[in-house]
Amino acid sequence: MTTATAALAGLPRHAVATPVCAARDATTEPVWVRRTLIGLALAFLGLFLFMPLAVVFHQALSKGVAVYWRAVTDPDALAAIRLTLLAAAIAVPLNLVFGVAAAWAIARFEFRGKSLLTTFIDLPFSVSPVISGLIYVLVFGLQGWFGPWLADHDLKVIFAVPGIVLATIFVTFPYVARELIPLMQAQGAEEEEAAVVLGANGWQVLWRVTLPKVKWGLLYGVILCNARAMGEFGAVSVVSGHIRGLTNTLPLHVEILYNEYQFAAAFATASVLALLAIVTLGLKAWVEHQQNSPEPVPFDREPQP
Amino acid sequence: MNLSLRRHSVLPGFGLSLGVTVLYLSLIVLVPLSAAFIKTASLNWVAFVAAVTSPRVLASYRLTFGASFLAAVINAVFGLLVAWVLVRYRFPGRRVIDAMVDLPFALPTAVAGIALAALYATNGWIGQLLAPAGIKVAFTPLGVLVALIFIGLPFVVRTVQPVLEDLQPELEEAAATLGANRIQTFRRVIFPAVLPALLTGFALAFARAIGEYGSVIFIAGNMPMVSEITPLLIITKLEQYDYAGATALAVVMLSISFLLLLLINLLQAWMRKASGQ
Repeated sequence: MTTATAALAGLPRHAVATPVCAARDATTEPVWVRRTLIGLALAFLGLFLFMPLAVVFHQALSKGVAVYWRAVTDPDALAAIRLTLLAAAIAVPLNLVFGVAAAWAIARFEFRGKSLLTTFIDLPFSVSPVISGLIYVLVFGLQGWFGPWLADHDLKVIFAVPGIVLATIFVTFPYVARELIPLMQAQGAEEEEAAVVLGANGWQVLWRVTLPKVKWGLLYGVILCNARAMGEFGAVSVVSGHIRGLTNTLPLHVEILYNEYQFAAAFATASVLALLAIVTLGLKAWVEHQQNSPEPVPFDREPQP
Repeated sequence: MNLSLRRHSVLPGFGLSLGVTVLYLSLIVLVPLSAAFIKTASLNWVAFVAAVTSPRVLASYRLTFGASFLAAVINAVFGLLVAWVLVRYRFPGRRVIDAMVDLPFALPTAVAGIALAALYATNGWIGQLLAPAGIKVAFTPLGVLVALIFIGLPFVVRTVQPVLEDLQPELEEAAATLGANRIQTFRRVIFPAVLPALLTGFALAFARAIGEYGSVIFIAGNMPMVSEITPLLIITKLEQYDYAGATALAVVMLSISFLLLLLINLLQAWMRKASGQ
């Protein structure tokens, strides 16, 4: 995340190589040192990144394609996919709107308590997922603040879909805001101020000036927010109640299958989530590339000779 | 600082955007979080201390904090190495590997958990190599460590990488001109420059590890007193309808997380100062 921000601020992505050979010799390492370091780094990443990813697909296909297909098209799996998509479809837009509002207030205005507000926005990142679920149980659970009232009105939040959505919103809360705030602070407000002076109203400034300027940062935040929303396990596990076909998200479905020793089916379901992670990383790299490559200059703005 | 709530600006929408921000923040984050502290306040002090210092709870702290610390140390060493290799050297597949470093952020923790358990089980790809040496990883505290290394891996790389990229080559050239060898240059010039970022990454990895649940429970074995982490203990208490006990533990964990957040903010301020921004 920081890399993207640095790149946006116009800082060079890579140090420029020194043209003189002698100078390069003095400021780099001998070939054998370089190769050893690269080898060590690759060994570490191979052990901790590539092997876990590979084993998911290996185990998923260990019982053949037919078993794989049956596992991912099982009615309970499909219900879990639907619930996962639903939770993300509610959490991501809400946090997107919040992120834009928070960035507008924090990056465009000076006010008292701003740094405290920024710290509060980051809070969900430092809370254990288990506790993120627990706090909603304390508010909406049967023994919680609103528990008796909800029970009287025959409403269910905990062990039902609303609880899952709330927990998902909580854990993905900061993603868009913390991407947009530093970006908009770095860009400055001159263009928005110019638009206002030229007679634009607030919404016109937002749609025509601000959002086009931050679109890649916004997309970056949304991609990360969505990946976490679809993959969240701990928080959702606390509030879900694990009712198959009803309150099971995809990660929870993986756990149930695994605990029932249906390993091939568990890994087949997990491989769907692993594919999602790979797509997320691909999109993320693409957005970073877009951020780093300069915008093409429109024809009419080219400097006149 | 200005005494009025905000300094004058020509831009509209301050009230609306701040209102939406504070309202949403309060409803989703602040009010539910305060529920944990208010619930604990209903417990008397003796009961609270008993709930958070029972032998089983103390054993879970030792494992959670010990394994998190060790994992963060290992991530600091290898994270610096990976960041260095990705920034300084060119080799085939570098861009793909650079993108893959974020895998632990993108891969759902439950998937990471079952994958690591399968790898390190005695019949797994890595487990069967370690078994003859008598090393058991899955379903032992060592398994907890492995999961926490996975989960914290990107933090150090991603905080150190931009600092290494922005490091001015002139500094190293000057050191070389003045007769320093590569090791001296690294120790006296490069390392002090990346130290604030390294410590920030370390603290972020540590903070993430102490709260981690999904990736750990599948590989830990979850034996009380041996391989049971504190977040799992919270869930266990919840499932036994011991809401007060679960909340007391949660408040201890939350307080430590907030202290770490404060420390991380201070480290980041130091980092900004060190990089001269």
